[in-house]
Amino acid sequence: MKQDITKGLSGKRRAYSGVMRGLAYLCAGITVALIVFVIAYIFYRGLGHISWEFLTTTRSVLNDTIGILPNIINTLYIIFTTLIIALPLGIGAAIYLNEYAENRAFVRIIEFATETLTGIPSIIYGLFGYLLFRQGLGLGTSILAGSLTLVIMVLPTVVRTTQEALRTVPLAYREGALGLGATKWYMIRTIILPSSLDGIIGGAILAVGRVVGESAALIFTAGTGYALVTNYVQALGTSGGSLSVALYVYVYEQGKFDVGFAIAAILVIIVLLINFAAKFAQKRLKRI
Amino acid sequence: MKVKKRVEKVINAVFFICGLITIIAVLAITAYMVISGVPAIREIGLVDFLFGQVWRSTGSNPEYGILPFILTSVYGTLGACIIGVPIGIMTAVYLAKIANSRLGGLVNTAVELLAGIPSVVYGLIGMMILVPGIMKAFDLKSGTTLLAAIIVLAIMILPNIISISRTALLSVPEEFEEASLALGATKMETVFKVSVPAAKSGITAGIVLGIGRAIGEAMAVMMVAGNVANMPSLLTSVTFLTTAVSKEMAYASGLQREALFSIALVLFVFIIIINIILNVFLKRGDKK
Repeated sequence: MKQDITKGLSGKRRAYSGVMRGLAYLCAGITVALIVFVIAYIFYRGLGHISWEFLTTTRSVLNDTIGILPNIINTLYIIFTTLIIALPLGIGAAIYLNEYAENRAFVRIIEFATETLTGIPSIIYGLFGYLLFRQGLGLGTSILAGSLTLVIMVLPTVVRTTQEALRTVPLAYREGALGLGATKWYMIRTIILPSSLDGIIGGAILAVGRVVGESAALIFTAGTGYALVTNYVQALGTSGGSLSVALYVYVYEQGKFDVGFAIAAILVIIVLLINFAAKFAQKRLKRI
Repeated sequence: MKVKKRVEKVINAVFFICGLITIIAVLAITAYMVISGVPAIREIGLVDFLFGQVWRSTGSNPEYGILPFILTSVYGTLGACIIGVPIGIMTAVYLAKIANSRLGGLVNTAVELLAGIPSVVYGLIGMMILVPGIMKAFDLKSGTTLLAAIIVLAIMILPNIISISRTALLSVPEEFEEASLALGATKMETVFKVSVPAAKSGITAGIVLGIGRAIGEAMAVMMVAGNVANMPSLLTSVTFLTTAVSKEMAYASGLQREALFSIALVLFVFIIIINIILNVFLKRGDKK
């Protein structure tokens, strides 16, 4: 039997409960409405402008046509280059923190540094990359300079998610392996890493999300180039705008809103896919 | 056996170096920001630079005062908090204390999506909806205003505030709430007079994180704020610290370019202070 527990309350208290509950519902509603509106509006304005040609051609000033194939490929290059460097470094750092480090104070310093990196805005990363990679190391405006900048930016994400995954591996696994005479590295390689793989993949997916959405850190490092470079090694040395950067350039500098909405729709689709993939990886992690 | 030991030592060293990477990155970024930012401040003079009200970097008689940028960043962030914080906290209350798991899961997914949308997409929507809307509503010549930027920033900091506040609310010990309920308080009285005060540190951390994100955002703000170096007021075009840098970076040279790095240094100092405050609140939350 369900009882009305507010029955004996004074009017004032009943009103308080009602109003506060109503406000909480209202605000949650606003949040949901915002995201539904953002996605619906972008799809409504953008999906119609996506065509096969738009996706598979390059921009031609001569014919006055716009294609975003180079931007798609640049984005893939940047994702690949960033991850191939950030994953080993980040996973290594997490393994050190979780499995090797014995000095508590030192671990605290590393964790503080990682948190600090998380808080630094992307425009500062952009300037840092501009100074160090583009000018200092002489890489010029290039996909490599952009990717190296993003490596530092996504490092905290990789470290944190890997650490969380490593923590879920039961201590008994470690003791069992070491008890059987395995060396520490052998244990990490064959027991710890495989059992935390899902969490690490989840971290990689989140890192991809950050790379895809990034613009401020890339615009001064990887630039806004839109030439199609099919050779990866050659592309590393050339300026190349990612999808997000292209959106900014087309909309803000050229006023081509239809192109902007089409790219935005593609970005939103990627964000949706990444979110579902990350959820999936998380769920599998929980099951283990 | 000897070889094995040597391998272990090498591996140990490799992981140690990975662990150092984040520290090296923080130190390198700090060093670059200070070294590249200090010369122009010295030339212009710290007081003239920080408190000068006129920024005219391209004229024949250039002036480099960044007070308009500093105030715009502060006002913009405050404004975003005034809108975003109440909505964020109430949504977190809904998620942590009211929603059933299915509906709550749905709202939570919405929050995660909101966090994943790239900032240029928010900028695009702001340009197409907020800017013309504000122009009409207030009968202005142009809708690119501080107000537009505030609304965009408020939406962008929502996910930060919500997810951290939610975690904090979820970690309030159940006994607190049970005791309050047993004493006859209603569910809502318990939530707002027991749970929210108990989760104060975590909620504050969420707000500080939001502040960090708002003050560091560049691209979305660039697209809606108009980028004129006015002293800030709600319905004028303004320039933030971030946009002051990104707007002129592409073509700046000489002292103008050095001054841009000085602006970045000021922004960096803001961010570091915010990070330290954030750490204090996170630690305080952990202790409980």
